[in-house]
Amino acid sequence: MTAEQPLLRVSNLAKYYGSRLGCADVSFELWPGEVLAIVGESGSGKTTLLNALSATLEPSAGETLYRMRDGQWRNIYDLSEAERRFLVRTDWGFVHQNPADGLRMTVSAGANVGERLMAVGDRHYGNIRATALDWLGRVEIAADRIDDQPRSFSGGMRQRLQIARNLVTGPRLVFMDEPTGGLDVSVQARLLDLLRGLVGELGLAAIVVTHDLAVARLLSHRMMVMKNGHVIESGLTDRVLDDPREPYTQLLVSSILQV
Amino acid sequence: MTTVAQYNFAYLDEQTKRMIRRAILKAVAVPGYQVPFSSREMPMPYGWGTGGVQVTASIIGPSDVLKVIDQGADDTTNAVSIRAFFAKVAQVETTTRTAEATIIQTRHRIPEKPLGKGQILVYQVPIPEPLRYLEPRETETRKMHALEEYGLMHVKLYEDIARHGRIATTFAYPVKVEGRYVMDPSPTPKFDNPKMHMSAALQLFGAGREHRIYAVPPHTEVASLDFEDHPFTIQHFPEPCALCGAREVYLDEVILDDHGGHMFVCSDTDHCEDRRGAGHVGPLGVAQEAAE
Repeated sequence: MTAEQPLLRVSNLAKYYGSRLGCADVSFELWPGEVLAIVGESGSGKTTLLNALSATLEPSAGETLYRMRDGQWRNIYDLSEAERRFLVRTDWGFVHQNPADGLRMTVSAGANVGERLMAVGDRHYGNIRATALDWLGRVEIAADRIDDQPRSFSGGMRQRLQIARNLVTGPRLVFMDEPTGGLDVSVQARLLDLLRGLVGELGLAAIVVTHDLAVARLLSHRMMVMKNGHVIESGLTDRVLDDPREPYTQLLVSSILQV
Repeated sequence: MTTVAQYNFAYLDEQTKRMIRRAILKAVAVPGYQVPFSSREMPMPYGWGTGGVQVTASIIGPSDVLKVIDQGADDTTNAVSIRAFFAKVAQVETTTRTAEATIIQTRHRIPEKPLGKGQILVYQVPIPEPLRYLEPRETETRKMHALEEYGLMHVKLYEDIARHGRIATTFAYPVKVEGRYVMDPSPTPKFDNPKMHMSAALQLFGAGREHRIYAVPPHTEVASLDFEDHPFTIQHFPEPCALCGAREVYLDEVILDDHGGHMFVCSDTDHCEDRRGAGHVGPLGVAQEAAE
């Protein structure tokens, strides 16, 4: 029943920095369990769009409606600040490109995972720790690293820890900004595999910003191609990548190195 | 004939005192909330209690009796000089006896003797923001207070248990005031936290360098934060005070010689003297009559 309605409804979203265009005329719907990739070159407005969607950057025009857990449609910028911050740290997740932006580097891995639980009122140390251990296992971090600070983790581990930290409250929508950026190819492959598994298992909806078409191909069901702040093409990922219509998309697809 | 320059009563000018009193009133009205105020330069360095001195200067009157303690003691440098300061600029009576004082300025301790109605305890606070070590941004901590987002405070306690097996924070132990604001009780030992709860005295906190005043009005609920499976506990000392034999008080360790000799004595010197005066003797103490 719930799957018959979208989770997110975006219409005519625009963000201007003064008179300069960030992104404009973006409209789409995101369905539960669906992964949407936003691709495009640097400066095309991908990250601006992601920030505007995820309530970190107030858009200049348009609206973003989100279907709350109680089934109510709410405009995320009409929510009070308290409601919005609560939504962001319970029902949403945000995976940053640089794990240091999304993690607390000076507290242990266990506390990083447990922070969201404590933020929603969990006050039982044993339960918090058990949940943290469970999640570290799910993102393939050894249990004996639970008391280590993320500073001592490798880039791939940090990124996996960030994912665990976001998913611990069972969010329904996760935003990811270049989740595999800065990782080497084999670690990227492992992370993508893990993400794909988690997204499928938990039925998460996700919006993934990436300039890497391989990431889009592996993770997403649908994709939007952006150029100069506008969405120039959108559709099923396989359709867009195999049969690009716009000249720019054709160029983008053909620019992938074949080895 | 030349006249000697006179300080205004209690050093600060009347406008400043009025400004600080307004901040205090607001702080009392919103228990645990940090009220910004325009802290003044005082004739002593930051870290020596400039916040507490300004609060005391604003509330003191000619009929007040002032006691100043530093680490529980009346005879340490900080306590002696602040007491001398107010004796000079406000000509008020000073005392070392807790029961006789109307205003007690303190650094690090709450007197062992329960405070009563009409007494005011003024704390000197170095860092008023309990969330500061976890969240360096002031804009963010203010928002967290406003929206009651205090999960982060428990992250710190979680870290303690993960590292030490128990909540190892022993001083500046965070408390929740009247079920609303999380507050740093200044660097008092957590031993003193239960004394803040439902105290009959007014408790005022002044942070001079950080320009903040906050308060706990009399008979206000003050709860120390903890986990359900790791409840808040205070320190316990296996031995009694070596001089007066008191138990269930906060003790300081005093080194006696170069061979590892040490003793534990009451940190609250007035309390210890009182007890010895009443004839209590600890393991290393000498009965008062015998000493004379």
